[in-house]
Amino acid sequence: MKIHYITGLAALLTVAIHVMMRVIVPFSMSLEYENVVANYQNILYALLLESVLVLISIHGFNGLRVMLLELRQNERWEKFVTLFTLIAMIAVIGYGTRTIIIVSGQSL
Amino acid sequence: MEALKNKKDSNAWTNREGLRGWLNPTRYGWERLSYWLMRVTGLFLLLYFVGHVYETSNLVGGINAWNAMLELTQTTFGHIFLILVIGASTFHSVNGIRLIFAETATGLGKPGRPDYPYEAGSLNNIQRSGIWVALILAAAAMLYGSSVLFGGE
Amino acid sequence: MKRKFLLARETSEINHATVKNDSSDILLNIFRGGPNGKPEKSYDSYHVPVSRWTTVLDALLYVKERLDSSVAIRFSCRMASCGSCGMRINGIPRLACYTKISELGTDTITCEPLPNFLLIRDLVTDFQQFFNHHKKIQPYIQNMHLDPTMERLGEFNQTPQEVDEFLQFSYCIKCGLCYSACPTVATDTKFPGPQALAQAYRYFADNRDDSAQKRLDNVDHKHGIWRCHFAGSCSMVCPKGVDPALGIQMLRSHLLSITKKPKKKRAELREINREGS
Repeated sequence: MKIHYITGLAALLTVAIHVMMRVIVPFSMSLEYENVVANYQNILYALLLESVLVLISIHGFNGLRVMLLELRQNERWEKFVTLFTLIAMIAVIGYGTRTIIIVSGQSL
Repeated sequence: MEALKNKKDSNAWTNREGLRGWLNPTRYGWERLSYWLMRVTGLFLLLYFVGHVYETSNLVGGINAWNAMLELTQTTFGHIFLILVIGASTFHSVNGIRLIFAETATGLGKPGRPDYPYEAGSLNNIQRSGIWVALILAAAAMLYGSSVLFGGE
Repeated sequence: MKRKFLLARETSEINHATVKNDSSDILLNIFRGGPNGKPEKSYDSYHVPVSRWTTVLDALLYVKERLDSSVAIRFSCRMASCGSCGMRINGIPRLACYTKISELGTDTITCEPLPNFLLIRDLVTDFQQFFNHHKKIQPYIQNMHLDPTMERLGEFNQTPQEVDEFLQFSYCIKCGLCYSACPTVATDTKFPGPQALAQAYRYFADNRDDSAQKRLDNVDHKHGIWRCHFAGSCSMVCPKGVDPALGIQMLRSHLLSITKKPKKKRAELREINREGS
């Protein structure tokens, strides 16, 4: 649960900044391809996105793991749940990181 | 208790509420409602998050792939969904902060000598107001989101 | 003696007849079934006359005495002291002796056995798992600094403030209502439940006990204190104001080292015991 509290608080901060970045520009502009790519190519923003990705993945999948562990109590289920949420978390982080790296590396 | 010695019989009469115990939030007051909402919004946001990571990966496919994705998501249904996401994330965050305080016994009062009508000191309006603030802020955020998404700039 | 008894009964019947002007009928639905009873789960309905102060237990005993003696119920003190008559009344775990019909605000009362307990028959449930969870948290004072020769043993000195640290948690009557209301207990069989965790805090906070770290370690596992999410239902249903939710969160704050047990108090206690009474 300590991981849950810490990642929750940290994710709140990073997501708040991520949302603010969207809100300070007009909505339709914020979704235009060039503007989005330009944001990704700012190294600080890319790092922010990566931290949002990691923190939310850990917080979310740990929450799912907590809920699933409460449903059944046998060793096989517990191992399955831990493995499943860990793999899902790594997969989502991996897939999101791939997007961030590719888009931030795209030449202007 | 011969019947209880038979494991199969005892399973039939365990009387555990099971998942039904999680699903009805209305019987035990604000804190139980908050527990239910945290679980529902948490799961909802997890699903949204996975979808969001997939949807933004369309950037890799170039402008055409990105615009095709926008056509799917920038619809009335997409906007309503996003407003729900805004509400869920606001409630989950603000109530989460309240829970961090409450689960470390901040704002719950101190043990004392109970007296009739034996009401619990921890279920007080100080920590409960965190739930109300979270709900109000979520509603306000949803209203703001609606004004941006549906009302234009 | 027999004549006196009959007279007494007649008197009470007259009194009942007088009160009857203020009384009304309710429909009492009672869960029937269990491994020691009817194999099929069902509800039997009875019309019971009630008046202003009639409790659910009074109504159940009326049924048992006059309408259907096969209804199985557990009760003892009739005054919310023993914790025997816990049951689910109109969907919420309550003590039958402590719940007035009038406070339920309806003419249809449904009595079911306490959820999350093994059913024996009708409204009677098995408390063995509940007691096992309680035993696991070692609900007794442990103090390794007592004089082993027992020659200079005196009473522990506690100030009223020190007693207040744990007193309300010691009022637990083990009725099981909190265990029934808890959403984690609904699905997690290994979770100790609010009662056991609150008692763990009761002994942790008692300055006569010096096994604080052991008690923290006892609940520090993935099916222990971390499965409490402060749904507050336990404190909502507790009939004695024990507020188990408060005890659990206070124990958790010690586990997270947010609150620390004052070392000074433990040193003083050792000093007192060394000096004798």
